[in-house]
Amino acid sequence: MHLLPQPAAWDEIMASIPAVNAKSSYWQNLVNDWGADREVFKLSWGKLMMWIFLLSDTFIFSIFLIGYMNVRMSATDSWPLTSEVFALHVGGADIPLLLIAIMTFILITSSGTMAMAVNCAYQRNKAATFKLMIATAILGASFVGMQAFEWSKLILDEGVRPWSNPMGAAQFGSAFFMITGFHGMHVSIGVIYLTVVAFKVLRGHYDERGFQIVEITGLYWHFVDLVWVFIFAFFYLW
Amino acid sequence: MSGQPETASHGEGQQHPIGLYFKVWILLFVLSSMSYAVDYFHFVGYLRWTLILVFMFLKAGLIITVFMHFAWEPSTLKLALGLPVIAIVVFIGFMAVEADYTFLSRLTFMSGGT
Repeated sequence: MHLLPQPAAWDEIMASIPAVNAKSSYWQNLVNDWGADREVFKLSWGKLMMWIFLLSDTFIFSIFLIGYMNVRMSATDSWPLTSEVFALHVGGADIPLLLIAIMTFILITSSGTMAMAVNCAYQRNKAATFKLMIATAILGASFVGMQAFEWSKLILDEGVRPWSNPMGAAQFGSAFFMITGFHGMHVSIGVIYLTVVAFKVLRGHYDERGFQIVEITGLYWHFVDLVWVFIFAFFYLW
Repeated sequence: MSGQPETASHGEGQQHPIGLYFKVWILLFVLSSMSYAVDYFHFVGYLRWTLILVFMFLKAGLIITVFMHFAWEPSTLKLALGLPVIAIVVFIGFMAVEADYTFLSRLTFMSGGT
């Protein structure tokens, strides 16, 4: 009597389960990768570390957004109408969320130029990589500039403070400044990161060790765009 | 958009045809416009929330799978990054219940104060 199935029996058991059998090579590979005393992640350490950092950042932003959900659900005062608060007065009419929409498109455009930069980097086209990364950084900087405009408009004209505002629930200000402030900080850091890597690419710093650094920088930048997708949906549109 | 997961990462890193990036880029623009339209045309109630969530998840999915090359990464990485996210979902559930309780307590004991 064996308490655990022997190796041969184990294969039979696995093969007898239809769902496992259908994708047996997939699960087999997964088990092999995790189970044996060997390298689990077939990635460069730089890329793996960036992914793990982004996972931890996902948790931070999730906690901010969950905190926002919590205070918004439990507020007894009415929540300010974001559509009106963030409207922009253009040509005698209030266009709802105009600035936010422009910021969204700018960030998506920058994600596109970043993807192109990664592509050019692997083709070892350093000049194009540099230009595209700088374009991405400029778009990111303009995003931060618009955010500064949005903040000053909200603070000076609308009187929004982290502890109170004239439009409704007091929690609106603290959630807004925390979430968009932390995201804006990420964009600012990304702009610096992109600029540094872009100049290093141009100077030939990666000629010998390869251009995966551009892809890793791109991961960070796309993540910043990804977070904005969630902020746009939950904070501005909800 | 599909048909090349096998040829994924050869050489030093993730290399994919530039046309794929353009397609995703255009899709992201369209989806963003549509989520903006949800607000612009004043959709309300469940229709609004459903549309917001659908467009949000589509955009997030495109960015993660294509721009961040998640679709072509090894399954060990997918598992290591995907499983912890379940904890976030659980936490959302907890905090929603807690917020509901706080709201009802405020209505009962604080008569309209925040």
